[in-house]
Amino acid sequence: MSSTTNYILGVYDDEDEVLHAVSAVKAKGIKVEDVYSPFPIHGLDVAVGHARTRLPIAAFMFGSLGLVSALSLISYTMVFDWPINIGGKDYFALPNWIPVTFEGTVLFTAFGLVSTFCISNDLWPGNKTLPLDIRTTDDKFVMAINVDKNKVSAADIKKALKESGAVEVNVK
Amino acid sequence: MAGHSHFSPANVEEHFEFSSEGKKRIIYAFIAGLAALLLGIYLLSKGESGGHEVANAGHEAVKAGHEAAAEHVSGGAVSHQASAEEHYDWTNRIWANVWLNAVFFTGIAVVGMFFVSLQYLTKSGWSSVMKRVPEAFPKFLYITLPILIAVFFFKGDVIFHWMHHGVTEVGSENYDKIIAGKSGYLNKNFFLIRLVVFGGLWILLWKMLRKKSLEEDLNGGTEYFNQLVKIGTAFIVIFGASSSIFAWDWVMSIDTHWFSTMFGWYMFASWHVTTYAVIVLAILYLKDKGLMAYVNENHLHDLGKFMFAFSIFWTYVWFEQFLLIYYANLPEETIYFLERWEGHNKIYKTSEILMVLLNFFFPFLVLMTRDAKRTRLFLKIAAFMIIVGHYIDFYQMIMPGVVGKHGGYGLVEFGMVTVFAAAFIYIISDELTKASLVAKNHPFLPEALHHDI
Repeated sequence: MSSTTNYILGVYDDEDEVLHAVSAVKAKGIKVEDVYSPFPIHGLDVAVGHARTRLPIAAFMFGSLGLVSALSLISYTMVFDWPINIGGKDYFALPNWIPVTFEGTVLFTAFGLVSTFCISNDLWPGNKTLPLDIRTTDDKFVMAINVDKNKVSAADIKKALKESGAVEVNVK
Repeated sequence: MAGHSHFSPANVEEHFEFSSEGKKRIIYAFIAGLAALLLGIYLLSKGESGGHEVANAGHEAVKAGHEAAAEHVSGGAVSHQASAEEHYDWTNRIWANVWLNAVFFTGIAVVGMFFVSLQYLTKSGWSSVMKRVPEAFPKFLYITLPILIAVFFFKGDVIFHWMHHGVTEVGSENYDKIIAGKSGYLNKNFFLIRLVVFGGLWILLWKMLRKKSLEEDLNGGTEYFNQLVKIGTAFIVIFGASSSIFAWDWVMSIDTHWFSTMFGWYMFASWHVTTYAVIVLAILYLKDKGLMAYVNENHLHDLGKFMFAFSIFWTYVWFEQFLLIYYANLPEETIYFLERWEGHNKIYKTSEILMVLLNFFFPFLVLMTRDAKRTRLFLKIAAFMIIVGHYIDFYQMIMPGVVGKHGGYGLVEFGMVTVFAAAFIYIISDELTKASLVAKNHPFLPEALHHDI
């Protein structure tokens, strides 16, 4: 996170508290940027209002690409480039190719999805992302509010966080 | 809101009422099916193919059969078709249909028990809201198992090549060396013992599970859950063996010369995915009646995933069975697919293609997205198509070996499946009224009521 961004962080002790606090803070017209937690919390993504992930669409496209690539490669090698008579079958022996096509589809989907996920989350090798509060890797839950993206004043945001049960309110 | 259900174990108990109007409707469906069946039987007895066969029964039919066999099997394997022709009588198609539907519906009934047992064995929570629905299914075994035993006992030689007279007697004109070699396993007594012992165990374990499950409703406490885990585990062990054995016995032994090591899995996969489709339709029917409101889109999503995944699993086993045979190209194995693809004047080719479309491509494409699995209309369409597709799958397994070129989709087929389906719906609806629709003292019920994926 760049140092110019103006964040207010509410720190919570309990996952239930932070889940309810998100609704309470949002009810006051405050836009919540994200919530950081040591583990996944059921219903949190819906409460924060994150858009649905588009990874399944990417998965379908990578899978289709894999299917076409595998079929193209095997039909080029087995039919056009170097046809071999195997057991008297047609050169274009589609049933024999299904396992390879399946594997190609899975391989492209898996590698494609992992890469897409890492790139879209700034997780490429060597990248160092500092957490807003290191304690979210241990036992604290942090609600992050971007002041610049909110019309509500910083003082009101701090007040709302306190009221919703935050044990600390920090500015970063 | 997600994760905050307003249901609690205290307020979810409700009972399904099998109204007299509903009963009437199912009985009408049963009668309509029966009428279609009887009309079909009448047409079959008068019909061209039926009358023709009766008139020509004897030398000509035998000769035609041998010619057909020679035409389809160039590799020299002895064809079952030849024997099927020798013994053909127009009533065979009726018995084949009884057998087909009895096997199909036995599968739906017993996989209901398998599903509940699996949930106990894995100590799953999410399914505790809807486990009463599949728990009612095995009641139908009371109908189908006696039918299987009766048909086998009285008309077994119609269904099974290995039961034809004299096939295992040295010196008989029907003597068949290959079948004689299998007679240690495929003989009338041992077959009946297997059917009665394993069928009996299925019913016994279901009765035990059902009793404990209903007692849990009254008394509560985790000791019931622990006992149910034990019963479920015992059933899974028995079902693991018996599902394969019955696949060999009831279906694979129809084509006695042929064998496949994938067959147990293949038939189980077909039964399994059909039952998920039936569970989905039953739950959606109850939801449409305003019941089971606590089964939310998350539970339906899970059931949709099961339908989707096991459609692919079925495709995997079906295709692997085909691929191994296609690749090895041994005449005694390829006969099975040749018979369905090119044999019997190609009458089975259309349903073979249709089956793969309905059982793989349709659910694969329709149920792929998350939204489809959470939308009732998509689930209903997909579930219905899966049931139709797997009925055709069983049709393809059983019919070519039993009736050969005399098969087809006629009033007999539609009538028989309607009769069985109406009976199934009636018996299961009746069984559902006997208990609360939700197992209210199931220890994982609170988890299931807050299920969120």
